[in-house]
Amino acid sequence: MAQENNNTQMSEKEAKKKEMILFLSSSEEKESFLSKQNLKLLSDPLNDDNPITVQVLGICSALAITVQLQAAVVMSLAVMVVMAFSNMIISLMRNLIPSRIRIIVQLVVVAALVILVDQVLKAFLYDLSKQLSVFVGLIITNCIVMGRLEAFALGNGIYKSFLDGIGNAAGYGLILVIVAFFRELLGSGKLWGFEVLGHKGATLADSTGLYALGYENNGLMLLAPMALIIVGVVIWVQRSRNRKLIEEA
Amino acid sequence: MDKSSNAYTFIFAIIMVIVVGSVLAFASISLKDRQNANVKQEKMQNILYTVGVDSIEQNGELVPLTRPLAEANFKKYITNQIALNNKGEVIAEGDKAFNVDLAKELGKDDNEQKFPLYEAEVDGEKYYIIPLRGTGLWDAIWGYISLKDDVNTVKGVVFDHKGETTGLGGEITKAWFQERFADEKIFDSSGNLVGVSVVKGYGGGNNKDDNAVDAISGATITGDGVTKMISKRLKYYLPYFKQQTDMKVAVK
Repeated sequence: MAQENNNTQMSEKEAKKKEMILFLSSSEEKESFLSKQNLKLLSDPLNDDNPITVQVLGICSALAITVQLQAAVVMSLAVMVVMAFSNMIISLMRNLIPSRIRIIVQLVVVAALVILVDQVLKAFLYDLSKQLSVFVGLIITNCIVMGRLEAFALGNGIYKSFLDGIGNAAGYGLILVIVAFFRELLGSGKLWGFEVLGHKGATLADSTGLYALGYENNGLMLLAPMALIIVGVVIWVQRSRNRKLIEEA
Repeated sequence: MDKSSNAYTFIFAIIMVIVVGSVLAFASISLKDRQNANVKQEKMQNILYTVGVDSIEQNGELVPLTRPLAEANFKKYITNQIALNNKGEVIAEGDKAFNVDLAKELGKDDNEQKFPLYEAEVDGEKYYIIPLRGTGLWDAIWGYISLKDDVNTVKGVVFDHKGETTGLGGEITKAWFQERFADEKIFDSSGNLVGVSVVKGYGGGNNKDDNAVDAISGATITGDGVTKMISKRLKYYLPYFKQQTDMKVAVK
C-alpha cells in the first residue's frame, strides 16, 4: 500500500515536470539551429529579398568590382565575413547602443573590423592582403553592411543576425557573379582569367578561336554603365519569373 | 541609467572610441615590424622581377622567386645601390639608398629630392633599375623600370598601385601588360628622352622603336599616369647618365 502511494506520488511529480518543460518550451519557442525560419534567413536574400535586385543596396560596388569573375568572388567572400561578424557584434550590443548615435556606432564597428582584418593580413598573409586591399574601402562603404545592421541586427538575436549576414552576402555575391560572368566573357573574352573564346593576336592570322573569325571584344562591357544595364536585365528576368515581386497595376 | 539621456550617449561614445582606438593602435604597433619586413621583401622581389629574375635555382631545381627568397637573391644580383641628387651626384649608398621613400621624396623640391638607382648584374649583363612613382586615377601608382646598359632599351617593368579599379586600372600589375614594355626604347630617334607612352588604340603591333605600348581598355587615366610617371622620373636621372663616360649612353 505504502509502495503504491509512493508510485503515484512519483508519477505526479513527473507529470508536473513534463508540464514545466512544455510550459518553458512554449513560452521560449525554442528553435532548432536550422529551423525553417532560420533557413529562410539564409535563402530569402538569394531571391525574394535579394539585397541588390530587390532591396537595391550595394549597387555601387556591384558596378565597380564586376569586371572580372575572380575579383567578384573575392569581394563576395570578404563581404560575407565582414557582414557575419559586424551583424553579430551589433546584435550583441543592441540593447546598449543609444539610438541617437546608432549609425555612428555601426560605422565604427564595421570600419574597425575591416581595418583590423586588413592589418592582420598585412602582417601574416601579405600576398592575400595585397589582393584584398582594394576591397577594404569598398566594404566599409557598402550599403548592404550598414543596411542589414540597421534593419536586422539591431532588433534580432546573435545567431539570427549571423545567418542574416551570411544570407545577404550570399545574395549579393550571387548577383555579382552573374554580372561579372557576362562582363568578363563579353568584355575581355575570358572567364576567371582564362581565354575561353580563343586568343586575340596582333593580326587575324595570329588569332585563334572566335577571334580568328573576326570576333571583337565589346569594350563597353568593361565600363560601369553596362554593369548597371546587366543588373537591370537581371531584375527584369527575376521580376517576370517571381510572382511575389510582381507589383499590382 | 536612462539610455536616451545625453550623459549615457556621451559615455557610450567615449568608451567606444577608447576601446576601438586602443585595439587598432595595439594591432598597428604590434604588427608594424612584420608588415615592414614584408614590404621590404616585396620591394626587393619587384626590383629583381624587372631584370628578369622571377625564378631561381635551388637544390638543382628551378623555383619561383617568392617573397621570403627575395632578400638573399637581392644581395646576389644587385651590385650597387645609390641615391642621386638632381645634378647627378651620388649622395647616398647601400641601405641608405634602398630606404629612400619615394612617397616622401615626391613632396619635396627637385633640388632636395633623392633619386635612388640600383645596378644589377644578371648572367653577365648589366642593368640599371629606376624606381617610379606617380598618380593614377584614384591614388598613387608606383613601380620599377630596368634599362639595359645602353640606357635606352627597357629590360622589364613592374607596376603596382594603391587604389586603381580592379580589372581596369588595376591590370597594370599583370604580367601581360608589363610584358609590353620589354625592349621598348626610352629615347626617340632624334635622341630626346620621351619614355614609353601608354597609347589608346595603339596600332603599332610589335614595333619596339616607337616609344609606345597599347593601353588597357577602360583604364585611360591610369595609363596616362603610367606614361607621365615614366617620362617624368627618368628625366631626373639624365644628368647622372650623361656624366658616366664609361657608359654606352644614347643621350645626345
